Amino acid sequence: MKSEKKTIKTIKIDISKCNGCRACEVICSSFHAAPKYSSNNPERSRIRVTREPLRDVYVPVYAGEYTVAECAGRDKYIIDGKEYDECAFCRASCPSRDLFKEPDSGLPLKCDMCEGEDEPLCVKWCLADALIYEEREEDVEVAEVPQEEIEIGLESLIDKHGIDKVADIVAQIHKSSKPTKG
Amino acid sequence: MRYAETGINLEIDLTRGNIEKVATDPRETELYLGGLGTNTKIMWDRVPPETKPFSPENLLIFGAGLLCGTPATGCNRTIVSTISPQSELMAFSMMGGFWAPELKYAGYDKVILSGKSTDLVYLWINDDKVEIRDASHLRGKGAIETAELIKEELKEPKAQVAAIGMAGENRVYYASIEQGRSSASRGGIGAVMGDKGVKAIVVRGTKDINLAQPAQYIGLCNDVLDYIKKRESNPIPGVMPILAGLGSPQEMKVHDEKWHTENFMWGNSRERKRDFWTDEIEKEWTETLEKVRTRLVSCFNCPMECGATISMPGLPTYMMKCFTKLTYTMGAFSDLDFGLSIAQKATEYGVDGFSAPQVMAFALELLENGILTDAAIPEMPEDSEGRFYYLLDKIVRREGIGDVLANGTYWAAKEIGNGADAYAHNNIKKTEQLPLKLSMLNPVYFLMYATGEKFNITQIEGQFPQAPFATKEEREAFVSDWIQVPDEKFKQILLDWEFRGENSNPYYPTVDMSCDIVDWQETMHYIDDALGQCAGLSSFPLKPPYHIHNYPKFISAGAGLEMDPVKLAQAAKRYRTLVRAFNIGRGMRRKDEKPPANHWKKRFPELEEELLDAYYKLKGWNNDGIPTKESLHELGLDYVYEDFVARGILTDGDDVSGEDTSV
Repeated sequence: MKSEKKTIKTIKIDISKCNGCRACEVICSSFHAAPKYSSNNPERSRIRVTREPLRDVYVPVYAGEYTVAECAGRDKYIIDGKEYDECAFCRASCPSRDLFKEPDSGLPLKCDMCEGEDEPLCVKWCLADALIYEEREEDVEVAEVPQEEIEIGLESLIDKHGIDKVADIVAQIHKSSKPTKG
Repeated sequence: MRYAETGINLEIDLTRGNIEKVATDPRETELYLGGLGTNTKIMWDRVPPETKPFSPENLLIFGAGLLCGTPATGCNRTIVSTISPQSELMAFSMMGGFWAPELKYAGYDKVILSGKSTDLVYLWINDDKVEIRDASHLRGKGAIETAELIKEELKEPKAQVAAIGMAGENRVYYASIEQGRSSASRGGIGAVMGDKGVKAIVVRGTKDINLAQPAQYIGLCNDVLDYIKKRESNPIPGVMPILAGLGSPQEMKVHDEKWHTENFMWGNSRERKRDFWTDEIEKEWTETLEKVRTRLVSCFNCPMECGATISMPGLPTYMMKCFTKLTYTMGAFSDLDFGLSIAQKATEYGVDGFSAPQVMAFALELLENGILTDAAIPEMPEDSEGRFYYLLDKIVRREGIGDVLANGTYWAAKEIGNGADAYAHNNIKKTEQLPLKLSMLNPVYFLMYATGEKFNITQIEGQFPQAPFATKEEREAFVSDWIQVPDEKFKQILLDWEFRGENSNPYYPTVDMSCDIVDWQETMHYIDDALGQCAGLSSFPLKPPYHIHNYPKFISAGAGLEMDPVKLAQAAKRYRTLVRAFNIGRGMRRKDEKPPANHWKKRFPELEEELLDAYYKLKGWNNDGIPTKESLHELGLDYVYEDFVARGILTDGDDVSGEDTSV
């Protein structure tokens, strides 16, 4: 078992403090405009606030990973008597909704924590302190996956698709991918 | 490319069902900025003085301010312009919330409604797609309820809805337009919307708003945010709590209501309760508010939390802000629980929280004094609260006496006769005012009340303290970081202002000083109203983050217009003068520029005339309050002069009014 130092960046979201003003959406889309700050448009923001004032629902959510498939089921969460759709908390840019997609191209958006700034700008602009940025160092254990496990996985793919096809695809991925860690 | 603004107005002719997207002239932006400024220019160009409020020729303009939707904190106001059925002058009503930025994101600066629809409709503006849709199923529905129903039927939870309730549908002269946590309430603009057959305007926008000098603009925005943080953690000492910080008066946050309940009038702006605020009342009212206030909420892109979500037991949730918290309570001589409960109904019906309670209190006074009889108000409940609910229902439906009261105290008194006009005592230009009755004439407030065309003192006052500070040390401390003053002379005026003696009201500030103070305060409000900036971060509170020194930079970097403080003040003067010209065309004169006779106990008729004379002169108006040839020319408003001469309002060759100028 190896371990390595990793900087964990966290935005703590205190939904009890959110006042629904959407300043986070404004500054996010402004920062990510090209050239920087030249325009703003909440639709391009990588943070969106689900806001239903009459039900007292306020949930800021950051854009996370792109996913090709939507979830099979949709859960409901009831928190303090208020019902939330599972999707309200989900960060994915996914086929089931318009959220976190460039309005022009449909390409997925993802929060980059405003690289190059001292803190994400949505945090800086949230004077209500509903968004709090925290950075901490953590020792992360990097588990080596035993070779047999990878073999089992590959064998099942070969069974299904044939060894040539799998080899082709591995070669293709190898050619187009950048060097990765681990 | 157009910066900050979109350069497109949406023209909707309701009679023909025609929708057009019209490109605007960028030169108009330079001259009139946007929001109120360009609204007024359109009103002047297209609505001649003969037009009646409920005529198809009257326009109803929803204008987003020039900087709305840009990252400028708190810049989110919609300015609604039309002819008011109540004052018959230009209605000057605004709302914060989320509607104006959404309109800009949809690609429009204004929605201009003309004509009338025979059926009740709503407008659905979805980026480039604009539709007029049937709203017959929404007739009689509450304003908030309507917004929720429409969002559901369109499956557009992110759409912003401005809607009227039953009061607007039935053309109540003080009907509001409601929009989530905000409302445009003054002047009966909701009645004009109802008259046009429009239940709601629904907007969803997903486009960009561009900035001319992005880095500079964000730098200015960051400075404003830093200033807000500093200012909020250093409240101004020596002033009442609601004036110490920024924002609208923080009525949803503050529990201490000693000042309002003991200094403002109860009932029909009649009775002052000097020892009302006891520990017991404070405890009871604090409990009431804490129990029902779910959350403090903000408008678009603003950290101030001036509004709140209110859930009264057994009633639908609604949102409230500012002084409506107390207007029903005090109008009905009741308690906070009653005030917050009836306000829920009043919000759904869509009525102005200032006028509606005064109209009802007025009716009850007429009843007490035998001017209205029991026969005119059948089955009236015995208790004051019950009577308020009863009257509110009658008014919004225009049933029985409600049909008369729906026109406001001025018109109702005329119709009722029998001495009723003595009870419609708290009006300026036919419009109900804040229930305040004071002792000593304040020259600054005299001018603001008399000459204001916004019908609401809170939308005229601000910047300069309402009362002198007690000690020299306090005054010196106050002026030490007073960066907002347009001229150093204002600091000296404040340093020399005292409670008693030579340098006190009514003769100090002197006539000239009073004129300068009022001009400064009014100019800042007019700038806000063109930019779409909320007064709560600008012209209303003391020492705000926006002021005459940074505004020109915002306009330059945002809209790409060359701007400096002198040019900006000149632009504000231009459209402020145009508002006046519009109203002069409709018959407003010096004789109308009067605070209520009983607003102050101690009046000084000579001084008051002197104040008006001097202020008119400073503004470039003649002795009857009409802009002069010279001042119109200086502002590039020669077309106004030509119109005035053609109509006999001014005589060719001089500035003397063509009419009788007796006051």
